[in-house]
Amino acid sequence: MSTNKYKVINTRVHNIDGIAKVTGRATYTFDVKLPGMLYGKILRSPHPHAKILKIDTSKALELPGVKAVVTGKDTLGIKQGIWRRYEELCDEQILPLEKVRYIGEPVAAVAAVTEEIAEKALDLIDVEYEVLPAVFEPLDAIKKDAPVIHEGVERNINVTRHIEWGDVDDAFAEAEKDGYIREDWFKCGGQHHACMETRAAVSSYTPDGKLTVWTSTQSPYYHQALLAGVLGLREGDVRVIAPYVGGGFGGKFELDAAQFCSAVLSMKLCKPVKIVFTREEDMIASKRRTPMYYYVRTAVKKDGTFLARESRMFSNGGAYTGMGATALYLSGFFHSFPYKWRGYRYDGYRVYTNTMPSTSMRGFGAPQAVFCSEQQIEWICKDLGLDPFEVRRKNAHTEGYEVPGQAFIQSCGMKECIDKIEQWVKSKGKLPANRAIGVSSCGFMSGGIFNWFDTPYSFSSAVVTINYDGTVELHVGCQDIGQGSNTTMAIICAETLGVRVEDVKVHSGDTDHCPADLGAWGSRQTLMAGNAVKMAAEDAKRQLLEFAYAEMGMNIVYDLDIKDRWVHIVARPERGMPYFDLVKKALRGKDGQRIIGRGYYTPHRKGMISPAYSYMMQAVDAEVDPETGKITIHEIMTAHDCGQPINPLGLVGQLEGAASMALGYGYLEDMPFEDGKLMNPNLVDYKIIRATEMPETGMIEIDTYEPEGPYGAKEAGEGLTNPTAAALGNALFHALGIQMKELPITPERVLKALREKDEAKKQKKNT
Amino acid sequence: MEKYLLKLTVNGQEYEVYINPKTLLVEVIRDYLGFTGTKRGCETVSCGACTVTVNGKSVKSCSILAMQVDGMEIVTSEGLEKNGKLSPIQKAFLDHGAFQCGFCTSGMLMSATAFLDELNGRIPKKHEIKEAIEGNLCRCTGYNSIVRAIEAVAQGEYKEERQ
Repeated sequence: MSTNKYKVINTRVHNIDGIAKVTGRATYTFDVKLPGMLYGKILRSPHPHAKILKIDTSKALELPGVKAVVTGKDTLGIKQGIWRRYEELCDEQILPLEKVRYIGEPVAAVAAVTEEIAEKALDLIDVEYEVLPAVFEPLDAIKKDAPVIHEGVERNINVTRHIEWGDVDDAFAEAEKDGYIREDWFKCGGQHHACMETRAAVSSYTPDGKLTVWTSTQSPYYHQALLAGVLGLREGDVRVIAPYVGGGFGGKFELDAAQFCSAVLSMKLCKPVKIVFTREEDMIASKRRTPMYYYVRTAVKKDGTFLARESRMFSNGGAYTGMGATALYLSGFFHSFPYKWRGYRYDGYRVYTNTMPSTSMRGFGAPQAVFCSEQQIEWICKDLGLDPFEVRRKNAHTEGYEVPGQAFIQSCGMKECIDKIEQWVKSKGKLPANRAIGVSSCGFMSGGIFNWFDTPYSFSSAVVTINYDGTVELHVGCQDIGQGSNTTMAIICAETLGVRVEDVKVHSGDTDHCPADLGAWGSRQTLMAGNAVKMAAEDAKRQLLEFAYAEMGMNIVYDLDIKDRWVHIVARPERGMPYFDLVKKALRGKDGQRIIGRGYYTPHRKGMISPAYSYMMQAVDAEVDPETGKITIHEIMTAHDCGQPINPLGLVGQLEGAASMALGYGYLEDMPFEDGKLMNPNLVDYKIIRATEMPETGMIEIDTYEPEGPYGAKEAGEGLTNPTAAALGNALFHALGIQMKELPITPERVLKALREKDEAKKQKKNT
Repeated sequence: MEKYLLKLTVNGQEYEVYINPKTLLVEVIRDYLGFTGTKRGCETVSCGACTVTVNGKSVKSCSILAMQVDGMEIVTSEGLEKNGKLSPIQKAFLDHGAFQCGFCTSGMLMSATAFLDELNGRIPKKHEIKEAIEGNLCRCTGYNSIVRAIEAVAQGEYKEERQ
């Protein structure tokens, strides 16, 4: 690795929230307790699809200690959704008036003096349902005679997305003549975010008409706007505070029932109301990674040059739209990644079913797309006797490439990633029987440029304020959910301003005091909020340096800079003055005003998806027992191009954390439903990777510089979830010759694939 | 229901609380005494976010009734720090970035603390460290940084400074 030219960036900095988190001081929404606070509980539907005929709450209200019971009739009945620009996609009443569409959907909420009493009251609410026929799988729900889940939505098709470029049919015609075509069906399961902190909110409405909501959120601004919309309040009268947030992973920026029901109850009572989901509630009714059926047809030349791909995808949207519409688009786009296709065509159908809604989750549709794409590429290479590294290298994105009509690629270290992983795999030599290394390449966006939320604000904003003593207040709207964005922003601010991280205090997670920002999703914060912070710090620094020029009285052709609290002439760094002295003088010169710098970022003319893309190749060393189908993962190595690393300690954390979550998706985390009912809604039966199952992980950094990102940085955490399941599948392909077309790769599925392989062999012999 | 008087020591301080005999230890720690560093992440004794030490052994405080620890000594994450000085494992967690969202961290620290104390200076194998925290789920870190932090303390890289 090249030497670090920065003072703060790419140095090992402690997480600035670390002291709070290792001493038990960090308080989460789960810990918030207000004077006079009541506890709320939610009554949920036992039916996957039913009309609500009558709700009788009178007995519940008679229970001593119960303060209020609310149903859909106590709300404005507004259908909401995060795709605010599209009315038809705002399809969810969190307390529905007419019918329920999945098991676990809220129908009523109680506030009582204790959680126990609230829970007892739920049993006293009498709901009369008319049970309707239900449908659970997209390929059933799309049929003509399927039950209608939303009135007027034909064949339950919620959203469609078509992506196309180049001449697909021509390319396939060429392959038919003198090339190779392969088609496969895949089924990718759902995955639960399973944040350690379940959905939680404390709402406090006061007689002055103001609502304050403490909540576990990835985007305080979204929740401020969404709550104001459904409650009929002005955005400015809603304050959302995110204390420390116990994980998000894509599941905590749509409006949830803890937030909505606690707010409705609080508005009715003018008392604080707290709702925390139990783990079971969280698992059955807080959304999940979108399950997807993929049909993939790919045409290549005999030498492995990619010609075209044509894919159709049907996703299980569950009962409502939420963020699922974005996953539909991104899955289709990243299904083409990171390769150059002469022609590409994707048709995605998001289909409503009577299951819990599906949404975004770390990787945002890409892990599914990559699982199908990267395995099929491996199989094509085998079919044609080609070297899979060479084929990937030959077709990979390069700097300056334009994905037609979609994206401009600026920095791109894809080929270097392939080189490094190829070397690593070869260095491992021959492995024992039933064990092999599989690889997968992919990339990811650094924030979405789309504005379906219809925000009138800049996508990211920051304010830098310098106090008389030189300490810096950094106000940002981006949200730290554990990924370390507060630390990343402090690093960028300190580097730009020329101070140390301990000089910077980060203020985030409060809509009253922080500028609006779209929040933590789509790997957007390092690039977008990072750019805003850099701009704000530069603005403040420019104001400081104006005084420095006057103070130091040197020839105006010289440049001044600040590094590590030393203001100096760039050409003669020894000539200068302490930063702290300069700040004092500057403030006096401003009539006592603190120095305030402002920054913002909104992408313009950056294609359809994102301003910048990360690239990576990952290798998974896995062993499988052909008798039992049990998989053991030995090691994961990743070559990773995330532009300039900002926070190396955080980067390793992202890599290892993504690997654990993506491995879980690959072989452990299953969400089986029976008649719409999730069969494993707890952490005993839903298997999250434990320490003993976690393999060794390593990272090879690929140096690139992204012109669009702050100091050359781009996406670094979410994309790492994309390659793992595919690489695991490819490892099994090389270990046992089996093709895994279904996620997660459970022992049963391994054994089934082995049986299918044997049968195919027998048939071949017989013919 | 009749209330019982429970006496216990938490983080070096003796407490007396009147409790319903059904009350779980985690409820006493969090709701009665206000040590909210200890978390809860499930109802099935699966996640370990509520781990504390009871007389030096790590225990999931949602798995036992408070009455069962009558007269015993409990330590939570708030009790690891002494006079503003972090314990070795807390420092190692900072240095190794062994936490992200932090929700599992208190429980993880307590499992690690009990494990390190039981070692009595012996240097553990990596798989032993992993087994020691197997009962604690972490959704963010992938555990390897936590294992490195515990390993560093076990190897004597961090000294107690308690003055």
